Amino acid sequence: MGARRLTLLVVLALLVIAAPFVLSSYWVGLLTEVAILAILAMSLDVLLGYTGLPSLGHASLFGVAAYAVALLSTRYGMNFWTCVFAGLVVGTLASAVIGLIVSHVRDVYFLMITLAIGMVLWGLSYRWIPVTGGDNGLSGIPSLEVHAGLPFAGPTAFYYVTLVVFALSAGAMVLLVRSPFGLTLRGIRENEGRMKSLGFNTWLHCYLSFIVSGFFASVAGVMWAYYNGFVSPTYLDLTASSELFLMVTLGGPATLVGPVLGAGMIVLLKNVMSAYTARWLLILGTVYIVAILTAPKGVWNLGSRRSA
Amino acid sequence: MKRTILAIALVCAAAIAFAQTPERPPIKIGFMVPLSGANAQNGRDILNGFLLLLEEAGYQAGGRRIQLIVEDDEGIPAVGLTKARKLVERDQVHMMGGPLLASSAYAIAPYIHAQQIPMVYPVASGDDLTQRRRSKWIVRTGYTSSQPNHPFGEYAYHTLGHRRIATIALDYAFGWESVGGFERTFLEQGGQITKKLWVPLSVHDFAPYLAQVSRDLDAVYVLFIGRTALQFLRQYQEYGLKDRVPVIGMGTTTDEHVLPAMGDEAIGVTTALHYSGALDTPANRTFSAAYRARFKRVPSYYSESMYSGGKWLLTAIEALKGNVENRDVLLDAIRQAQPTGLPRGPVTIDEYGNPVENIYVRRVERVNGVLQNTVIATLPNVSQFWKYNPVDYLKQPLYAR
Repeated sequence: MGARRLTLLVVLALLVIAAPFVLSSYWVGLLTEVAILAILAMSLDVLLGYTGLPSLGHASLFGVAAYAVALLSTRYGMNFWTCVFAGLVVGTLASAVIGLIVSHVRDVYFLMITLAIGMVLWGLSYRWIPVTGGDNGLSGIPSLEVHAGLPFAGPTAFYYVTLVVFALSAGAMVLLVRSPFGLTLRGIRENEGRMKSLGFNTWLHCYLSFIVSGFFASVAGVMWAYYNGFVSPTYLDLTASSELFLMVTLGGPATLVGPVLGAGMIVLLKNVMSAYTARWLLILGTVYIVAILTAPKGVWNLGSRRSA
Repeated sequence: MKRTILAIALVCAAAIAFAQTPERPPIKIGFMVPLSGANAQNGRDILNGFLLLLEEAGYQAGGRRIQLIVEDDEGIPAVGLTKARKLVERDQVHMMGGPLLASSAYAIAPYIHAQQIPMVYPVASGDDLTQRRRSKWIVRTGYTSSQPNHPFGEYAYHTLGHRRIATIALDYAFGWESVGGFERTFLEQGGQITKKLWVPLSVHDFAPYLAQVSRDLDAVYVLFIGRTALQFLRQYQEYGLKDRVPVIGMGTTTDEHVLPAMGDEAIGVTTALHYSGALDTPANRTFSAAYRARFKRVPSYYSESMYSGGKWLLTAIEALKGNVENRDVLLDAIRQAQPTGLPRGPVTIDEYGNPVENIYVRRVERVNGVLQNTVIATLPNVSQFWKYNPVDYLKQPLYAR
């Protein structure tokens, strides 16, 4: 990463911290959305960008964690830390179980299996009505500030909590991809056969990568449940998974910064554009096409000659 | 002399300035429906009805200009919540209308309740929105899914004379609650439901379901919308069932949003709803003519929903002479508004925030070469609780599959 990019990041970080002093609560809300979805997009990047495993069911892990929080907080009246912990554990366990199945396959097969499993989990949220409330979802999740007993409340407080969670998650993921473990993942992406012959247990690495990715997706899921105050099957559906996929590929896979950028671009484009024109879908589509034509490796990789 | 002239000029200027009371800023109404995605056409119908009403009112009520801010919720609950936040926090709307889908409606209800924004729900029909999970800030001007079906269950037994029925319905809350309401009253009268089939929203072939329809049934109760309604009735006829087992069902199946695209396969289908485009009253004739002239389409129940729903808002604004800033007062005014001349007939709002209104039994006929939902019976003053005691009713669980 060049010095120019580093300065850009620092300036961005300062802007993001100062934002609530300048912007109205609506914009702070949108930035919160961006931050949460950025965690989710980065978690997919660990899998898609660094390990080379394209998942089309990633939103389901996020959704499972959100449902766990919703169920425990609304139906069983559990306290904040139990809900958060349970959300993370359930999401991570789900990825551990799914990972057992999917870590054997690569490429398009991985895509198809994760797509299928994502649909199964979506179906479960849609049809297991006594537990999930079906199509109507579960609403009435207490606000995070009240539930956690914070002295502050409101969009700004939630925004800063999200920023802290974002910083911790992003930091952890950056460390992870730069560690020997992360380098091995990149090796598997580039040439799995060679990594195998060097003595690496590539299956285990892929499996662990899937679990780590699932854990950070759960972090985002827990935050999302608290942010929206409700859960519904649309969190897990294919549209959600593919939009997530777009965020990563648009921003630039295997960069971690790219997915954050992608999440920001998509959320802001959608919401800003639709306020001014009913034809916003056309504009969004054009942006995608232009991005694919001019920046096939993602917006963040535009300046660099070699990716990652 | 100079001074006197100056003084007179000053006085005149002051008088002019005084006489012109500063114009009050416009009243902002936030409105959200799906305008893209699978439900875009129905959302457009709802919006069109509202546009027609506002145009007739000249975008003015209670001496204040009205500014309408429209957002597309895409039929996705989380997007709906983001749009609601935008309307409330950025645009600072005084009141709101929408959405279409019950899932979006449930998702935004806690937020609307917390922000204390008076809102009308013209279409979203999830029973619990005005029952077990109601909010005083939300006034539904549409109906609950089970509301037309409670009386229709009795009507099917007594007047249509059906005894053994199977149901085929879309597999989501709207289907479950509609079939649940019908099943309850139909069974109470002594009828029998032999089979309940649930069809996923993504269905493309009805053969597996039609194969299970026994030909000795008295009728089949169906619930579909849009494309699925079109395909189902066509395939039902192809299977030779149309002349053997009559089709009855929920009004959306033959609603005017899809009826013009249907053919003879729809003739004779008998359904229940709180509106029909062919309702023969002066108010509906006027509305229907105006709507056709403006949008070159037949009004559907979606079109009527916000034409009428908007009247609660406008009536309240008139009653307050445009002083809508106090939200508690505004909410009371909306709840107490009794708009008259609604296309669908007389409506009152019950204490739970849901309409008590006529339910029409409609049968599809071809009149002057065009299909229409001819009203064959009017079941007056139907409440969301039908004939049951509200307290006991609410102790029971919500209708499910």
